Amino acid sequence: MNTPPNLILLFVILFNFFILGTSRLNTCIRSVALQGALLSLLPLFLHTLTFHTYLLAVGAFVLKGLLMPWLLFRAIRQVKIRREVEPRIGYIPTLLLGALTTAGAFIFGDRLPLLPEHLHSLFIPAALSTLAAGFLMLITRRKAIAQVLGYLMFENGIFIFGTLLAETMPFLVEMGVLLDMLVAIFVMGIVMHHINREFSTLNTEQLSLLRE
Amino acid sequence: MIIRLLLHFLLLAGLSPLLIGVITRTKAIIAGRQGAPLWQPYRDLRRLFGKDMVLSSTTTWVFRAGPVVGIAVPLIAALLIPFGAVGAPLSFSGDLVLFVYLFGLARFFTVLAALDTGSSFEGMGAAREATFSCLAEPTLFVAFIVLARISGSFTLDTMFKTLLANNLQTVYGVSLVLTAICLFIILLAENSRIPFDDPNTHLELTMIHEVMVLDHSGPDFGLILYGAAMKLMVMGTLVVNFIMPPSTGDLFVDAAFYTAALLALAVGIGLVESGMARLRLLKVPQLLIGTSLLSFFALVLLLR
Amino acid sequence: MTPIFATDINGLLLALAVLLAGGLLCLLAGPRARLAHLLGASTAALASLIGLTAALPALSVAGSQQVALSWPAAGLNLALTLDPLAAFFLLPIFLLTFCGALYAIDYLHFPARSWRAGLHWFFYNTLGASMAVVVLAANGLVFMLAWELMSLSSFFLVTHDYQEEKVRQAGWLYLVATHIGAAFLFFVFFEASRVAGSLDFASFAALRALPVDATLLLFFAALIGFGAKAGLFPLHVWLPDAHPAAPSHVSAIMSGVMIKTALYGLLRLLTWLPPIPAWAGIAVALLGITGALFGIAMAATQTDIKRSLAYSTVENIGLIFLGLGLWLFCQATGHEQAAVLALVGALLHIWNHSLFKGLLFLGAGSVVHATGKRELSALGGLLRRMPLTGSLLLFGAAAISALPPLNGFISEWLLYLSLFNAGQDAAGGAAFFFMLLAILLALTGGLVVLVMTRLLGVALQGEPRSAAAAEAHESSAVLIAAMSIPAALCLLVGVMPQLPLQGISGPLLTLLAPNHAPTGSPLLPPFGPAWSLSLLTGLAALVAIVAIRTWRRRNASRLATWGCGYLKPSARMAYTAGSYSQFAQDTVFCSCVTPTGASTRGPALFPPPAQFGQERLDPALTRWFLPLFGKLAERAYAFRRLQAGQLSIYVLYIFIATILLLGWGIMAP
Repeated sequence: MNTPPNLILLFVILFNFFILGTSRLNTCIRSVALQGALLSLLPLFLHTLTFHTYLLAVGAFVLKGLLMPWLLFRAIRQVKIRREVEPRIGYIPTLLLGALTTAGAFIFGDRLPLLPEHLHSLFIPAALSTLAAGFLMLITRRKAIAQVLGYLMFENGIFIFGTLLAETMPFLVEMGVLLDMLVAIFVMGIVMHHINREFSTLNTEQLSLLRE
Repeated sequence: MIIRLLLHFLLLAGLSPLLIGVITRTKAIIAGRQGAPLWQPYRDLRRLFGKDMVLSSTTTWVFRAGPVVGIAVPLIAALLIPFGAVGAPLSFSGDLVLFVYLFGLARFFTVLAALDTGSSFEGMGAAREATFSCLAEPTLFVAFIVLARISGSFTLDTMFKTLLANNLQTVYGVSLVLTAICLFIILLAENSRIPFDDPNTHLELTMIHEVMVLDHSGPDFGLILYGAAMKLMVMGTLVVNFIMPPSTGDLFVDAAFYTAALLALAVGIGLVESGMARLRLLKVPQLLIGTSLLSFFALVLLLR
Repeated sequence: MTPIFATDINGLLLALAVLLAGGLLCLLAGPRARLAHLLGASTAALASLIGLTAALPALSVAGSQQVALSWPAAGLNLALTLDPLAAFFLLPIFLLTFCGALYAIDYLHFPARSWRAGLHWFFYNTLGASMAVVVLAANGLVFMLAWELMSLSSFFLVTHDYQEEKVRQAGWLYLVATHIGAAFLFFVFFEASRVAGSLDFASFAALRALPVDATLLLFFAALIGFGAKAGLFPLHVWLPDAHPAAPSHVSAIMSGVMIKTALYGLLRLLTWLPPIPAWAGIAVALLGITGALFGIAMAATQTDIKRSLAYSTVENIGLIFLGLGLWLFCQATGHEQAAVLALVGALLHIWNHSLFKGLLFLGAGSVVHATGKRELSALGGLLRRMPLTGSLLLFGAAAISALPPLNGFISEWLLYLSLFNAGQDAAGGAAFFFMLLAILLALTGGLVVLVMTRLLGVALQGEPRSAAAAEAHESSAVLIAAMSIPAALCLLVGVMPQLPLQGISGPLLTLLAPNHAPTGSPLLPPFGPAWSLSLLTGLAALVAIVAIRTWRRRNASRLATWGCGYLKPSARMAYTAGSYSQFAQDTVFCSCVTPTGASTRGPALFPPPAQFGQERLDPALTRWFLPLFGKLAERAYAFRRLQAGQLSIYVLYIFIATILLLGWGIMAP
């Protein structure tokens, strides 16, 4: 339980709670970035230290920990939002849902047919609960930028799964996922910028009026 | 048995105002002031006990009973928990429930004593106290459940004794650390410290505990302050017990260790209070629920 | 010492006879109200005393005593049986009937010449007798007859103040709810008699051989039927209306013991059925804790003191069902010790709740009697004007908040211990489930303190909020005496829990849970004489020390409450019940239990006079049952065409029905 990867994963789960419960956008972005940066350390502890591992770790760190938050902060500056995240169903219910999904992730993770060395590690529960937290962000937040954060958490969850498989899976797949996300964020940033200029709001509920 | 009982009482009665003094002094030093001497709380108590009283003409016996229960409860509750390696004088299976509900008893009377004045300030404080405690109580239970699960016992004494065997290194370490953090937050919440409440302000609209005791004066107010100090010490003991070394065999050496740890905790509280601002009142439930979830998570980690 | 009355089932027959004769005599007294009043109260009190002395020894005697009045020609067997389970429920029934009768002497006032006194006491005595027969019945027919009698007599008692529209509505809702429940019970007994071959409870032992699905069908039908009477969420909808509508001593009896007869029915059924699967136990426990949280949240928003107490009854019933569900679950999964703890906790809570809820309803009645108001916003300042009544109410509130050293604490403690024990034995998801229940139980406990401090803090303390409250006077000695009995028992159970626990964990436990090993040992350690002694001496010593210190004569000057320098505070400045619970409403409760408000204030430039009103409707009633019954009524309109209004057509219907039945009789094998 006290091995470094498990501690990292523990902090990742705690960050999930923190992100779901916090109301400040800046804190949210920083936390997601920190979560990503923590995760990028994971391959170093898990696998033999080859070039591949280093590349994966450094790449993930640069992308998740530096580039994405920088982009997001830039987007915030451009569209001038410093307001809170405006949840749809309140922070406390979101947090409770997060706790329930985490508990579910733990129960479910124990039922999966895993390799014996992964059986009681935190990998599967952490991955599942991060995925669920990402979903919750997507579902419960109104602002488009908070939804982008949801996608990022989602990606963090996938990354945890990915590191488990990194030795058997070509790292290009992982890189591809990261790039996808990067592009998605670019697009989001541009779209948000323009939406904000046209409608002077980023509230996605008002966007739904655009349907035919 | 008798010696342990006396030791418990003496430690509680003698040490608890000192904790308040240490906290205040720490805050003063951090703020760049010299601060009041450490024994100022003792002087305050003596001064208050020597004073006459002013009673509101609206009040009844409940108003006078509030402070009495407020000091009796920490005294009884302290008998159920070990002070570091100094064992609890009174313990039986399931006493953890008694421990939690004793504080419910104190709350019941404090709140009713506040409402007895008919003042809206005190009503406001009472409502906040009752509401926040609803949220804080489950966390305390989860923390105890975690300990009970680890030690296999429902006796507070055994539960905390098992801790002393240095479980932080074992598989339970993570859960224990999380639980200790939760207990520390609950300590701050239940004793109305920053960031939940500011013990220094007397601005009624922002307060929980201080506003409930606005109308108490003289010896009654002294009892309230003394009781609050004891409650701080009892709750603080729960946190301190997580880091105490195992028993050395000598009762008084153990007690000295415990005292040192408790004073360190008081300095810690002072540092936290210096470094933080009071939360907006509406954020407090959020933090408390977050704390329950944290403790819940510790339980999940333990149960898997 | 030889007992004055027969201490076996004959004593109970005597009590029943006195109750029924007293009721009839009251009717015979006709419009002489004073005579009927005295007759009714004295017979009810006398019969209760006889019943108490007869039932008490039966609790600790294994086996049962029977009396039967057979009528083989009609296939009837009017049998009564006294066994520990019946005695367990008879004790609170007779105790509260006694207190209620005593209380009513000074509580009720009748015009000198009216039939109402006679009618009231007739129904009161009938209610007492029918409740006793329900738990004594040894035959499905007797049970259902007494059950119906109980429902009807309590209905007439609820509608005591039938001139008020609200009371009539409450009575109507109660009647509908209780009869829907009764329909399910009829199904249970017919199904059971079909399997067993007779309606005699003795023959129901044959149910032991039922397959699982038939068992579950019977169990859940009984859960709905009995749950509707007990006030199990979401079938509680009649309860918050009926309890405030009834006179207070009737509320005390209904809430304290009448709804518990439903628990008796369920427990009795469980002694016949084969073991219930574990998931059904989980379902009952979850229903129980949901009801507990829902009830206490609703109680926190009510502004009527008796309605709030009624919702607190929903909460306590939830706790009892939590204990029962836990018992079933632990029994099915083999957590022996946890099962016993849960069962004993639930049983003790049944007793405890009748004690403190009886006390609280009687106390609330005294408040209503003294002021004529039930609204919290019209009370206040009563502890100074009615010190004894107020203190007794505080005592009851402390007991119901499960504060040590009173009785509520003991039963909740047992529930906690059961949850912890089970959680300790279990692993993974199951352990998690128990711990979750323990956390929710703790949340409920916190909310009860909130509700009770709100209720009493606003009603009893501060300054009076209306002229009526300002002129209130202390209740009469009779009222105080009637309230002191349950209060004394609350303290006794809290300080010496080993007494009731011995009563419960004896033959009663063997009857309910025959598979368990004798269980004296795991229960008693925390509750030995040492517990009482340490509790009493500790408390006495502390209170004495501190009291001497503070109560020493001082020049305590009396001034007005400090109001930020404002020297003429008025009750209108005080914190109201609504504001007290507002914070909890905003932060803890889900939106479905918060009151719905309507304001006429518009966003006009010069706003016209505005009004603001709040409604506290039960969400289960308004969101589930009313739409459901509305839909059913729409469907049922089609049948109105059958109602032709001509006798000949009705006879035709009867004729067709007869033919069809005859045809069915021939076709069926």
